[in-house]
Amino acid sequence: MTTPELEPLPVLPDANNPHPVAASSHLGIVDLLSESVTALTSRPARTLLTALGTILGVAALVATLGLAKTAGNQIVGRFDELAATEVSIAPESRGFGSGNRTISVIPWDAGDRLQRLNGVVAAGTKSDVDVGSDLARAVPVIDPLGQTEFQIPVIGVSDGTFAAVRSTLETGRFFDVGHNERADNVVVLGPGAATRLGVSRVDNTPAIFIGERAFAVIGILKDTAREPDLLSAIIIPDQTARAFFGLSAPGEVHVDVEVGAADLIGTQAAIALSPNSPDQLRVSVPRSPKAVQEDVEGDVNALFLLLGGISLLVGAIGIANVTLVSVLERTGEIGLRRALGATPGQIARQFLTESASLGALSGLIGTSLGVLATVVISATRDWTPVLDPWLPFVAPVLGALIGLIAGVYPSLKAARMEPVQALRSF
Amino acid sequence: MSAPVVELQGVTRTFDATPPVEALKATNLVINDGDYLSIVGPSGSGKSTMLNVLGLLDSPTDGTYLLDGTDISRLGERQLAGLRATKIGFVFQSFHLLAHRSATENVMLAELYSGRDRGGRRPRAIAALEKVGLGHRLDAFPPTMSGGERQRVAIARALTAEPSLLLADEPTGNLDTVTSEAILELFDDLHAAGLTVAVITHDTDVAQRAERTINIRDGIVTETARAAS
Ligand SMILES: Nc1ncnc2c1ncn2[C@@H]1O[C@H](COP(=O)(O)OP(=O)(O)O)[C@@H](O)[C@H]1O
Ligand SMILES: [Mg+2]
Repeated sequence: MTTPELEPLPVLPDANNPHPVAASSHLGIVDLLSESVTALTSRPARTLLTALGTILGVAALVATLGLAKTAGNQIVGRFDELAATEVSIAPESRGFGSGNRTISVIPWDAGDRLQRLNGVVAAGTKSDVDVGSDLARAVPVIDPLGQTEFQIPVIGVSDGTFAAVRSTLETGRFFDVGHNERADNVVVLGPGAATRLGVSRVDNTPAIFIGERAFAVIGILKDTAREPDLLSAIIIPDQTARAFFGLSAPGEVHVDVEVGAADLIGTQAAIALSPNSPDQLRVSVPRSPKAVQEDVEGDVNALFLLLGGISLLVGAIGIANVTLVSVLERTGEIGLRRALGATPGQIARQFLTESASLGALSGLIGTSLGVLATVVISATRDWTPVLDPWLPFVAPVLGALIGLIAGVYPSLKAARMEPVQALRSF
Repeated sequence: MSAPVVELQGVTRTFDATPPVEALKATNLVINDGDYLSIVGPSGSGKSTMLNVLGLLDSPTDGTYLLDGTDISRLGERQLAGLRATKIGFVFQSFHLLAHRSATENVMLAELYSGRDRGGRRPRAIAALEKVGLGHRLDAFPPTMSGGERQRVAIARALTAEPSLLLADEPTGNLDTVTSEAILELFDDLHAAGLTVAVITHDTDVAQRAERTINIRDGIVTETARAAS
């Protein structure tokens, strides 16, 4: 030591500064990361094999979440528009036992009342009509030998019902408000009923009989999207049913709503129909598409997330195992690093950083594979791949976390090595 | 007069074993700046134990060790590690090079924990390699190098941090005679340039090159007074 200026900073600890900076071992973050990357890239094949479990685990998780989302979305896309726009209202059954008729609080003008609600496309009532022992026939008895009388169900509807259940006509017309209000003797035949009764055209206004009462056939249904029992029935205005067959109140109400309005109408319908006792009505609304989607995602997720989680666990064990082997293999290197001035903490940090980097790398590769799998599988099904935007960012972090946890034990083991002992194994 | 580089006062190292092994017994030793010291003794006599204590890889169980005037028993782990990084250079019998790193990268490793500037690391490593005559093998990897070349890399690694004390544990133990000679000449040169060097050897020829020879037998250290040549 020649001049005081050239002397290194004093290393004598004093009470105020027990850790002189110049003498303390130091490992910068850049060095730490570059050491870890160097260690990982010096044996790429081994690194990749170590990462495999975590790669597959993360890929499985990402693909699962991606496909569940995609499939869920697909279900919404294909969601039955018909079912989504159907609302029906029936009297709450009281559970008095079978045979006890429930007292209907549905008003005759139910269709009109609901028609006024925003979001309702069409609404009408529908009731099974009890015609007692009356049979239906097309003409007064002519051929006593051939069967000309049939037991055909009779259904009373209001004028809005046809639109509400989306019926289409083969021929003729539906009855209108006027027919209903006047309780006219008119019928619309379901195609099944029309065939049995031998009625195929309405331009000559054929008549049919229910019991001894004659009715004019003004239309024949072609099809109906809802309430298929109409197809085999004789359909009469419900006021006609009330006047001639003693129908006391409409049996149920059918509403065709705009897409997305079902829930809203569902909450309003009962009050609109029966302001005093809405709880006596049972409103059926379709399950919302969102609920269906969440259901599907839930089902898919539960199973595959479990599988993904297991792969991740296996992956973590893989990283822990190889890191531990690596620590043992590199015992000499650990001794050397200690001799070169590494503290146990720095040794631990280095191995932790290595395993965390490996985990992050696995997460990154796994995420890419998972996204790829989602896209490819979607493509084969003609689905539009949908992915939660956070997924590609969270998955690598998850990988890093797994690597970090997997590295804890090996790192502590590395840090606890005695330098003299470790140096011997070079 | 500045403090000696090393001052051992009654330093003892006892290993916990049954029965306990006193590998180093109440040793007094002073190594001054620029000394060239050889440590000789039969196998198991305590040479490596002595070197490990001197190099702060091991701590005395008794006695006082002053390194550059600092009582090392008063230092914490980080400071001891820091002293190893800045004041001590190690050379090992089996070189201890990392196989997957080039000569330059192996040398640069010596400054990783020293807190010195990153930017100057590579130039200093290259300068150290040139100093040991390996300017033409900067990017070579250890497995492709001869034993002599590898030991030169190891010596360059020990030199690059500009230590106060160079410690070598049988540095020529794995080398043939010709190569050993060259390595020992390198030590001579380093000593001539003012470096403090302590070399463990069981080769009496090697021991002759040093100014001072320390004998260890069963943990007891004696210094042979050498007649001035
Ligand atoms: N960690 C240890 N535990 C127990 N005994 C040890 C340990 N290290 C060294 N020894 C003993 O201390 C003595 C000196 O060892 P060492 O310094 O390695 O000898 P040398 O380097 O001279 O061959 C030997 O008897 C050895 O068995
Ligand atoms: Mg030895």
